[in-house]
Amino acid sequence: MADKVLMKGNEAIAEAAILAGCRHYFGYPITPQTEVAAYMAKRMPKIGGTFLQAESEIAAINMVYGVASAGYRVMTSSSSPGISLKGEGLSYLAGADLPALVVNVQRGGPGLGGIQPSQSDYFQATRGGGHGDYHMIVLAPASVQEMAELTVKGFELADKYRMTSMILADGTMGQMMEPVALDLDIKPAPEKPWATRGTGMKRPHNIINSLSLVPEELEQLNLERYERYHIVEENETRFEEYMMDDAEICIAAFGIAARVSKNAINAARKEGIKVGMIRPITLWPFPKAPFLKATEHVKTFISVELSMGQMIEDVRLATECRAPVLLCNRVGGMIPSPDQVLDSIRKASKNGGND
Amino acid sequence: MSTKQFLFSGFGGQGILFAGKFLAYKGLTEEKQVSWLPSYGPEMRGGTASCSVIVSDDPVGSPIVSNPDILVAMNLPSLDRYEDSVVPGGMIFMDSTLIEREVRRKDVKVFAVPATALASENGFPTLANMILMGKILNELGEFGAEGVDAALRKVISAKHADMLEVNFKAMKIGADH
Repeated sequence: MADKVLMKGNEAIAEAAILAGCRHYFGYPITPQTEVAAYMAKRMPKIGGTFLQAESEIAAINMVYGVASAGYRVMTSSSSPGISLKGEGLSYLAGADLPALVVNVQRGGPGLGGIQPSQSDYFQATRGGGHGDYHMIVLAPASVQEMAELTVKGFELADKYRMTSMILADGTMGQMMEPVALDLDIKPAPEKPWATRGTGMKRPHNIINSLSLVPEELEQLNLERYERYHIVEENETRFEEYMMDDAEICIAAFGIAARVSKNAINAARKEGIKVGMIRPITLWPFPKAPFLKATEHVKTFISVELSMGQMIEDVRLATECRAPVLLCNRVGGMIPSPDQVLDSIRKASKNGGND
Repeated sequence: MSTKQFLFSGFGGQGILFAGKFLAYKGLTEEKQVSWLPSYGPEMRGGTASCSVIVSDDPVGSPIVSNPDILVAMNLPSLDRYEDSVVPGGMIFMDSTLIEREVRRKDVKVFAVPATALASENGFPTLANMILMGKILNELGEFGAEGVDAALRKVISAKHADMLEVNFKAMKIGADH
């Protein structure tokens, strides 16, 4: 086990990306993710990489498109309003089946909103973000260690499935420091025979494009893409269960909401309430199976979110309406306190979800 | 199981985040679980800065400290804002140079140190934070701990190694106060 160092979540993402072989970063500053760019600005020139502060978020995501086309590991990072600007690029990356890593350290919205933590870009992330039928692999870290590990995993999955991976963090995860072990499990990037790195006069040209004007062909591309998505759903769904064995109440929470919920669960357990948690680590693909299985003994689900209730829809779909799903939330940059979550648990315990 | 939740608060520039970072590193070198969460809002640009630090034997749940065991208040707005949030039986360390009022709470232990005045008198006016830190460590029985030296070497970069000695001195003054 390597020595642990204290790092901010944002710095852990940047260092992990470098360790994973990413040598091209394009970004534009925005609170609360600016440390990612700052770290890259410091390190990339020293290791022969590219740090480029683009003229806008839109420019940055299109630079990502360029490097991804050449088959190199590449990333950009931003926060909520900046991710909206990247929406078009995200759709084009999907349409061209390019692997890339995009980081969203969320802040309160909509609009320019505030700069405090939020999880209200859940829909945007899990439903694609841009136009058209597509998905991104969405990873939701709940510790600085996971910020590092999921960054590596994000590159790996992006390459494997020729998709964009998104790290969906929030201001707390980005700004907090925790010990990190950087002896990460890193697999080298696979061969990318589709990349546009020059033919060497030995093969036909590769073409990277998202334009397809023949509807029959475009339909086929969509169908093939969704076959790939199906494999991702089968193989790459990740979650953590906490005290679920005998749980009658199940909390669904990711990221900072899961951290807060853990405190509440520990307190509720001391009161004799049988409560546990399923923490999705991949938000897409959503861990449907453990939620459905939990309905065998769970009477009430509580979705704890820093949004007006977005993930709750996936929890309802996954549990097939076999048990009520309540919402416990704060928005606009506020974070639910452990006491607020504990109150929700107590109510659910008393009312059996009929509150 | 032992968990200590600290909340540091004061003006931007008083070294609130630095003091918190030092404590987090101290925990890390002592193989504890730690978290450090700064305020990063508009208030840090010219107003109050605060940071939550948790040092525990167990994995840290929420990194947000809303009810500190130990409050470190370096100015009056901080004491006004956070006094009531301290857990009963908790501790309040305050810079009595800048806070002229008494603590109202009777169910907490109060340590008033004229840290800003002591820092100025000793020729390192920016180290009121570490004077208070010395007092905190002394009261917690951790002043002589090995982690103190190691943590200081972590938070003070090699470039500023000349600052090590004055930081030690500042902490000693606080501890002896």
